Amino acid sequence: MEITPEKLRWIYTTMYRIRRFEEVLLEQTALGKSMGVAHTSDGEEAGPTGICAHLTDDDWIASTHRGHGHCIAKGVDTAGMMAEIFGKHTGLCKGKGGSMHIADFTKGMLGANGIVGAGIPLGVGAALSAKLKGDGSVGVSFFGDGATGEGTIHESMNLASVWKLPAIFVCENNHYAESTPVEYAVSVADIADRAASYSMPGVVVDGMDVFAVYDAAGEAIARARAGEGPTFLELKTYRYHGHFHADDPHTYRLPEEEELWKARDPLPNFERRVTEQDLMDDVEMERIRNEIDQEIQDAVKFAEESPLPPLEELYTDVYVNYSNPPQGLR
Amino acid sequence: MTLDLRPDPLGPGFDVPGSEIRYREAFNRTLGDELRRDPDVFVMGEDVAGGAGREHLGIIDSWGGAFAATKGLIQEFGAERVRDTPISEAGFVGAAIGAALTGTRPVVDLMYFDFITVAWDQLLSNAAKNRYMFGGQGKIPITLFARSGVAAGYSAQHSQNFYSMVAHIPGLKCVAPSDAYTCRGLLAAAIRDDDPVIVCNHKKLINMSSFVPDESYTIELGKGRYLRRGSDVTLVGMSYTTEVCRLAAERLAEQGINAEVVDMLSLSPIDEDIVLESVTKTNRIVIVDEDTPRCNMASDIAALVADKAFDSLDAPVKRVTGPHTPVPYSKPLEDAFIPSPEDVVATTVALLGA
Ligand SMILES: Cc1ncc(C[n+]2csc(CCOP(=O)(O)OP(=O)(O)O)c2C)c(N)n1
Ligand SMILES: [Mg+2]
Repeated sequence: MEITPEKLRWIYTTMYRIRRFEEVLLEQTALGKSMGVAHTSDGEEAGPTGICAHLTDDDWIASTHRGHGHCIAKGVDTAGMMAEIFGKHTGLCKGKGGSMHIADFTKGMLGANGIVGAGIPLGVGAALSAKLKGDGSVGVSFFGDGATGEGTIHESMNLASVWKLPAIFVCENNHYAESTPVEYAVSVADIADRAASYSMPGVVVDGMDVFAVYDAAGEAIARARAGEGPTFLELKTYRYHGHFHADDPHTYRLPEEEELWKARDPLPNFERRVTEQDLMDDVEMERIRNEIDQEIQDAVKFAEESPLPPLEELYTDVYVNYSNPPQGLR
Repeated sequence: MTLDLRPDPLGPGFDVPGSEIRYREAFNRTLGDELRRDPDVFVMGEDVAGGAGREHLGIIDSWGGAFAATKGLIQEFGAERVRDTPISEAGFVGAAIGAALTGTRPVVDLMYFDFITVAWDQLLSNAAKNRYMFGGQGKIPITLFARSGVAAGYSAQHSQNFYSMVAHIPGLKCVAPSDAYTCRGLLAAAIRDDDPVIVCNHKKLINMSSFVPDESYTIELGKGRYLRRGSDVTLVGMSYTTEVCRLAAERLAEQGINAEVVDMLSLSPIDEDIVLESVTKTNRIVIVDEDTPRCNMASDIAALVADKAFDSLDAPVKRVTGPHTPVPYSKPLEDAFIPSPEDVVATTVALLGA
């Protein structure tokens, strides 16, 4: 699939932004700056980037507990994300959600979700409203390999299929659900095989190769926009760190296995490809990396210097209309 | 051994061998005891063994559950009886109910209490009603356990206390231990009980230690205990709010107020007698519940007192609870959500002044 020079630059910038955000977040978490649990997605950058490269702010995505990459690829502001994770009032959700609950509706990002499988139907719902309104937008549901054990995925795929919705199911198969290996918990070798049961195309994609993801996503999204119904994409990928910030992955997976995946790292993979084909050069890529390093540093500074939410925020946003929600009884 | 907890407060006064251990260790030890005692007992849930199942990789000591409740058990009891599940709460809770109806005694790790909603239909429509609908033919000896409560930025979807939602359902039982000692006795009783029991383990209790006898014992379901004797006011706690009441009582004592602390332990069935006995003596009651204020356990206990002990009240029944909001992430908001010992002290002082 053809990629414009601007798009290439966007892809590299986005993947590096995700990588840097996660690395810096882990450092900051170790310093006690985050107020809760954080699930990082470094290693998996090619997936959200290759998918969201085809989306605009009018398209919707629904995310998971491991949602930072989805946010960034959908154009969500990294300073607002960092401030949210630091529990600050300037966070995208006023500090009320945290890492597991970041959303930015202005960017078409329907939110991370702390309940495994719970985001999937939301993406289908976005596709349903796209169909009802006829506005040509699509709904993308991201979820992990582990989430395919939940009923919601099966119900959602069937709904999207029988209603022929402009929905994309993106399974990020990083081979583990917490400490449980995918081959233990999932009955098929390729989760994409499940698509056949719901009469939709199911495609296995190298989730470490952003070009492969870009191509597969381009086809799926074009199909959806053309009214031809949903597609299921399975991205084979790997998370570099533990399940959450304090998890040691070596209690359940081997360093040798990690090295095999890291040898296929999506960033050097991209760099090699574009230099070989003379599409981008080292100088430009270095400039991009420097800019992003600065951006993330600024995001930390912004988050650190931002105020905590005032106590009144505890009571706001529960309803649109409800005259007297009881405050805590004291 | 069944220890009679009433009427004496608990503590090193026990004349049995034992030691100070953490709540999570008491939980783990009890699971081991019950698996050893009864071959029909088995444990399942997400990551109860984890990567431990991959013996070919030489990794045999992985997660052992989200709070290490099952750590080490697969080594002793094997992967059939310490069974990892896919992330399929409706499926494996439903399967536990079916397995229980047909002769086994499943113990299910739900990880977080919040996830009970994913399996709620199975619990509500099958576990709670099967025996009644079918005229008493079957029994469902399942135990579900989960981490509950507000702590450490777990935020809106990992912090809830669904005690009253469970207690509301005829056919389900619910226990809320308040320390390592009650955890061990209540968990053993839950596993040996022939009805579905949900065991709530508050996140803030899991790393706290208390005296636990070496030998296995049960604490009768449906019975509360006195944690402290007093005559001026009754403070009622459950799960972590028992600790909040205990701390508040210490501070009140410094001000010359002698508070009695009742620890509910079981929320369904519930020990009405201990609440009524205490309030009849103290004539004042403050009920502390971390849950949101509408239709919670505190409201239920308040209604009980209004109904059956109205004449002995010298002051209104008071509830100290969270607000009618989801649980916020940011620490100052989370702190404001949680009923604190200071809140309980302030409420009690105002009540006694009234
Ligand atoms: C309904 C529900 N069950 C269990 C959990 C606990 N949990 C959080 S993440 C996770 C693993 C998810 O695995 P996967 O879908 O593969 O996503 P990954 O973490 O690998 O990105 C589990 C079991 C949860 N949050 N919600
Ligand atoms: Mg996974």
